[in-house]
Amino acid sequence: MDNLKLELKTKIIETLNLEDLSVEEIADNDPLFGDGLGLDSIDALELIVLMDKDYGIKLTDPKEGKSIFQSIQTMATYIEQNRTK
Amino acid sequence: MKNCFINGLSAISTQDTFESDFVNSLKTVNPNENILRATEPNYKAFIPPAAIRRMAKGIKMGVATSAKALEEAGLTQVEAIITGTGMGCSQDSEKFLKNILDNHEQFLTPTSFIQSTHNTVAAQIALRLACKGYNFTYVNGAVSFESALLDACMQITAADIASVLVGGIDEYAAHTFSLYELVGFIKDKKNVPFSVLNPTTKGTVFSEGATFFALENTKNASTYAEVVDIQLRNKLTSAELPTFIASFLEKNNLETSAIDVLIVGNNGDVEFDGFYKEAMHGFKDSIHLYYKHLSGEYNTASAFGLWVAANILRQQEIPEILRINAIEKKGYRNIVLYNQYRGLDHSLVLLKSVN
Repeated sequence: MDNLKLELKTKIIETLNLEDLSVEEIADNDPLFGDGLGLDSIDALELIVLMDKDYGIKLTDPKEGKSIFQSIQTMATYIEQNRTK
Repeated sequence: MKNCFINGLSAISTQDTFESDFVNSLKTVNPNENILRATEPNYKAFIPPAAIRRMAKGIKMGVATSAKALEEAGLTQVEAIITGTGMGCSQDSEKFLKNILDNHEQFLTPTSFIQSTHNTVAAQIALRLACKGYNFTYVNGAVSFESALLDACMQITAADIASVLVGGIDEYAAHTFSLYELVGFIKDKKNVPFSVLNPTTKGTVFSEGATFFALENTKNASTYAEVVDIQLRNKLTSAELPTFIASFLEKNNLETSAIDVLIVGNNGDVEFDGFYKEAMHGFKDSIHLYYKHLSGEYNTASAFGLWVAANILRQQEIPEILRINAIEKKGYRNIVLYNQYRGLDHSLVLLKSVN
């Protein structure tokens, strides 16, 4: 799980070009949207594609996204339970 | 009819033009490089960090230079934003197309796609300023910037618009430039060192940059120059060039002797150098200047030429590094810029001092 969280932080920094952030600066429970990392709706689309491409998870219900993308912790938990690759 | 004045300008180029003053910013470039890259400033002073992370270099260069030109003119808003770009946002276009190929048309992400269109820079500037006015981008090869400038001046002189941001932007993109090298548009590295003024080989030294101008219908104490006229022609033979220039001058009631400075777009391509020789031949008594040995060639490099001309007219000073001939003048009132690329996209711009 710890490796997955580290992997997710690295991928998010790289995919979303969060140049000013390092892996160490993102806490597992930091909110990804709003006050935390400040991600927006375009980033949400990037994360949905990332889940599909790297972990084989297709998110079909938009309502699911809100809880899955709350933090690195919630993302990692969901991926562990649902990944197909 | 109103006149069109340059009241603010800014350039990001291979030179330190964004932060240094005009005369001190111009330095000789490495003659052994066939591709030059723009010197980037710290963008954070001009673009919010959240916006920077999605922007490719061309967008950052365009947004920063437009902000600085606007600031210099003392404007916080304009009535129109007009840009010119030959290749548009090539970096994001390449990124998006590469993703399509690498991922077999699956998993396409939105960021590079939505920022890959040619009008992205004009749109980003409008978003930043919350400008709902006229917004247009010209993609016309090597007259992309001049087309934008012509439209900008027409907006001011004929459409009663008071202020326009106009600029030219083109960025380096690895795959596009590798194709240019393959077809010989970029000089072969085997032929170093490269000379822009006395070339012996085909192709040019390619580059990138963004140059923006804040144009207004009124002049003030810090106005750079007046843009008097712009003439474009897609195709010409070098034999037709003198007539093209003569009719342009005649239209503006000027003799060649009234032109103090001719700024030519020589780019070191021996194949098309004849056009510039012909142009200079027609202005025997004028000071001849060039600038692409400093900026490199790109579709909107001529905007850098206009940046040079506007600075000369305001400062009444010509840096030695720009000179082709040794003719001296007491002052500089009228400047003509002539540019073409590979025998196409000929442009003439007439700039006048306001002093």
